[in-house]
Amino acid sequence: MDEINLMEISNLDKSFGGLSAVQDFNFQIAENELVGLIGPNGAGKTTVFNLITGVYKPDKGSIMFKGENLVGLLPYTICARGVARTFQNIRLFNDLTVLDNVKIATHKDVPYGLMGAILRSPGFFRGEEEIEKEALKYLEIFNLKDKKDELAKNLPYGEQRRIEIVRALATKPLLLILDEPAAGMNPQETQDLMELIRYIRHEFNLTILLIEHDMSLVMGVCERLYVLDYGQVIAEGPPAEIRSNKRVIEAYLGEDVG
Amino acid sequence: MQKVKNKWRKFASEILILAAIFTLVQYLVTAGLLNQYFQINLASMCINVILAVSLSLINGFTGQLSLGHAGFMAVGAYVAAIMTNMLDLPFIIGILAACLAAGLAGFIIGVPTLRLKGDYLAIATLALGEIIRVTLQNIDYVNGPAGIMGISKLSTWPWLFGGVVLTVVVIVNLVNSSYGRAIISVREDEVAAELMGINTTKYKVLAFAIGAMFAGLAGALYAHYFYIIKPETFNFLKSFDILVMVVLGGLGSTTGAIIAAVSITALTAALQPFPAIRMILYALILIIVMIYRPQGLMGNKELSMKTFGRIWGGRN
Amino acid sequence: MLEFTQQIVNGLSLGAIYALIALGYTMVYGIIKLINFAHGDIMMVGAFVGYFSLTLLGTNIFVAMIAAMVTCAVFGVLIEKIAYRPLRNATRIAALITAIGVSLFLEYITIFLLGPSQKVFPESAFPIKAYAVGGLSILNKDVFVFVLAVALMLILQYIIKWTKTGKAMRAVSLDREAAVLMGISVDKTISITFAIGSALAAAAGVMLGIYYNTINPLMGIIPGLKAFVAAVLGGIGIIPGAMVGGFVMGLLETMVSGYGNSLYRDAVAFGVLIFILLIKPSGIFGEDTGEKV
Repeated sequence: MDEINLMEISNLDKSFGGLSAVQDFNFQIAENELVGLIGPNGAGKTTVFNLITGVYKPDKGSIMFKGENLVGLLPYTICARGVARTFQNIRLFNDLTVLDNVKIATHKDVPYGLMGAILRSPGFFRGEEEIEKEALKYLEIFNLKDKKDELAKNLPYGEQRRIEIVRALATKPLLLILDEPAAGMNPQETQDLMELIRYIRHEFNLTILLIEHDMSLVMGVCERLYVLDYGQVIAEGPPAEIRSNKRVIEAYLGEDVG
Repeated sequence: MQKVKNKWRKFASEILILAAIFTLVQYLVTAGLLNQYFQINLASMCINVILAVSLSLINGFTGQLSLGHAGFMAVGAYVAAIMTNMLDLPFIIGILAACLAAGLAGFIIGVPTLRLKGDYLAIATLALGEIIRVTLQNIDYVNGPAGIMGISKLSTWPWLFGGVVLTVVVIVNLVNSSYGRAIISVREDEVAAELMGINTTKYKVLAFAIGAMFAGLAGALYAHYFYIIKPETFNFLKSFDILVMVVLGGLGSTTGAIIAAVSITALTAALQPFPAIRMILYALILIIVMIYRPQGLMGNKELSMKTFGRIWGGRN
Repeated sequence: MLEFTQQIVNGLSLGAIYALIALGYTMVYGIIKLINFAHGDIMMVGAFVGYFSLTLLGTNIFVAMIAAMVTCAVFGVLIEKIAYRPLRNATRIAALITAIGVSLFLEYITIFLLGPSQKVFPESAFPIKAYAVGGLSILNKDVFVFVLAVALMLILQYIIKWTKTGKAMRAVSLDREAAVLMGISVDKTISITFAIGSALAAAAGVMLGIYYNTINPLMGIIPGLKAFVAAVLGGIGIIPGAMVGGFVMGLLETMVSGYGNSLYRDAVAFGVLIFILLIKPSGIFGEDTGEKV
């Protein structure tokens, strides 16, 4: 067992109504690493994310995060321990402004109490200012500051994807999980996004795990890849190795392996 | 610093407006310029505003469809009446006990039922509201179906006005804070909220209990204005009435709920002499408004001085 | 034991009536996901049409029932067209409020036109006889109601399982968009669903008139609510569930009235509802579905 691993998943199993979605999944990610999880459609990638973040409960196995097992914890407590994620099918708070979307993500560290809010104590006003400054800081990085008062649902698709990342980042995670962050983006937008991901990793000292099923894209940015097929890891290693892996090519047969 | 100054100026003007309204009505009442009919309807308006604003916290901001608000009102009304009428305690104790009891009922009912979603929650709350009513019917201590009679008329204008102000201030301040944003995020997307670190169960129960607490306040004021309370008064049709105010006003708009509560009470009063036509009209208004403006009068927007400024001054 | 069997006999006809009303709730919910709060009032309208057919036109009970069913089928279709269709893509709560509006409208327009007082169902329409069978006392009205209700349910089951219309109804309730792509007219199918559901409610209304002997403009509220509980109990949207739920509710109600305190009768109905919602919200026959993330 490696001590510097931030997260270590062992023997994870999950099936839905007898249909196995994830089988004997083993995974490690070290602090500050950028790892990709790839595989054909329906391979179980999002299921893995849902298991890590507590949306589903695994049938078996453990998810050790900083020495603590996350299995059985509720999603919001997993978030409080430093795991944040985005969603493949964007799930922003649609009828709220961009700024409020981000502010909500800071709520778990709210600097004033319920009574303070109701009585409008000085601490409330100070706290609100703090929250606003913090939220704007994140929006600035993603070049979204001038969109802060727009309703989330009114923004174009690419910006919504970026807000998803900002929102996850605002929970101050140690591990950031991105579920197809570049889905639906054009090559230029994708390229910019990858730059941004690299940047925030250094800026916030993050560990990042991302899903993509477009392999060429992950090759460029990830340091290590896990390949999932039919719920099982069929290969693991640096991109160069994965590229020439026979089983991976088989799994992607008919697709361009880049 | 400009910001702080504005904040105080806004606060001071709000206090001034409230004080003016209060004094004006208080003067009209004490000078005998407001006849019985207007006084009764004014009291109804205050009580309905409290009910609508408190239900709007649950239905509008938290997005949890509750059809049992009258049940909590009943708890408040009965507890307050027991305190003052049967135990001879001061009104304020009655009110506090009513709020506490209704809030507690909200908490106890909320914990198991708020796991349910959408229509199922609606039915469950409807059923629990009815269970509260039927239970009251079967308690001899409060005279079963006949109810409690001869409750002292303690709900004077200062109490009613104070009740409205307290309800609106607490709920508006709550909603416009980080806690309020957490509550609203539950309405917007419960799963996403949970994954962003929001303890959604906690906030649902919190909103439900606070809403129930103010329904209890409304119940206490009601009991001490109309002398008599019967379980039948608090049936599910009363819950529907409150829900209608919230939806017509616009889900997620406190000012909308207030406007709707006031206008529906006024309309009901105006049509009092023709009960059948009144209900037919009421039903038609419901159907027509929902067909042509399903988001309600205000949608999720708020009416504020700024809105007026925009309309009159043509700014922005 | 005899007493118990007697209670079951008493409960079966009431249960059959609840089941008929519950079917309408469940069919409408299945197809447009709306709790049609006006459904109990449609039943009331049916009871009044039956009453006037018996008293003014002097028809027999069968003609009265058919008249009620046809009238209410038309009513149901109209209500859906006028009030619910414009809201098909609006929020659930807007549709729910509209349903409440329709419910109040039907109740108070009836009060406005006919007065609030209750009307006595003419006894000549259905002379009550009691038969003694092995120590049990069985009323002919109970037998009539039970047999007729079961016959109607069998016909419904046939329509849904074996006819093209029934298949279209099932298709629309499973996946509306896919049904459109398969060339099914969604509007027509929903209209038919309302027609059938309302006709069944009307039959139940006439039966209630026979069962309780009196009818009034607000008679739809409580049986409507109980039938709704029955639909949820069986699993809302599931047709056999509504039938079973209806019988369970009817039996439970007669048991509580027979053995316990009849004041608690209504509370028991709601207690059952809460219990089932907390244990298995999807009902006895429902399948639990989680949310997809």
